[in-house]
Amino acid sequence: MACFLVPMAEAIVTTVVQKVVEKQEVKVGVGKKERTGLTWSRKLGWLNKLLWGGTILLALEHIWHGEVVPWPPFLTAMENPADVAPMLHEVATIGVAMAVVVTLVWGIIVLIAEQKAKGLPEVKTVSTEGAK
Amino acid sequence: MWLIMTALAAVITTAIWYINAPNDKYKVGILSLFFWGATLMWLVDHVMAYLTEGGEFFEINLDATLLGISVIILALLVWEIVLLISDPKGAWKKVLKR
Repeated sequence: MACFLVPMAEAIVTTVVQKVVEKQEVKVGVGKKERTGLTWSRKLGWLNKLLWGGTILLALEHIWHGEVVPWPPFLTAMENPADVAPMLHEVATIGVAMAVVVTLVWGIIVLIAEQKAKGLPEVKTVSTEGAK
Repeated sequence: MWLIMTALAAVITTAIWYINAPNDKYKVGILSLFFWGATLMWLVDHVMAYLTEGGEFFEINLDATLLGISVIILALLVWEIVLLISDPKGAWKKVLKR
C-alpha cells in the first residue's frame, strides 16, 4: 500500500547526510589521507543508490496496482478510513523490514569493501563519487 | 514475475559492471545498485506476504510480466537521464560544437 515510504524517508536522510559528509571530507582533505578512495561519502553513495533505486521502482509498482495516484491524498488507502490502519501496519512492518534489509546488505558490502581495501598501497585521490 | 525480472536485470548489470571494472565510465554501477535495491525490497515484500497470507510466492501472469518490463524500462530511463546530465563521454560538447 505504501511500504516504499519508509525506504524513501531513509533515502532522503542518507542523501542529506552524504552531502554533509562529502563537504566535510573535501574541507579537511580526507580523501588525500585515505589509503584508498573508500571514503564515507562514497560508501553512503552506495546506500543512497540502493534506497532510491528501490523506492523509484516500487513507486511504479504501486502506481501500476492503483495504490498511488497523482492527485491528493496520493495514497488510495487514505480515501477510505477503514484502509488507513492496515496501510500504517504495512508501513510499520514491511516498510521497516525493507529499509532494515537494504541497510544490512549495504553494511555487508561496506565490510567486504573495507576488508578488500586493507593492504592496498596508498593512493592520492579525493574521489567521493558514485559506485565506481 | 517482476521480482524475477528485476533480479535478473541486477545479476546481468552486476556482471557487466564487473567485466568493465574498475572502468565505469557509463555508470553501470548505478544501474546495478538500482536493480539490487528494488530486488531486495520486493524480496522482503514477497517473503512477508507469503508468510502472513500464504498463496503463491511468485505471481506469474501477463500483467506481472508487463510490470516487470515497465520496471526495467523505468530503471534504464533513470540511468539514461543520469548519463545525459553527467555526460561522461562529452557527447553534448561534441554535438553542440558541430
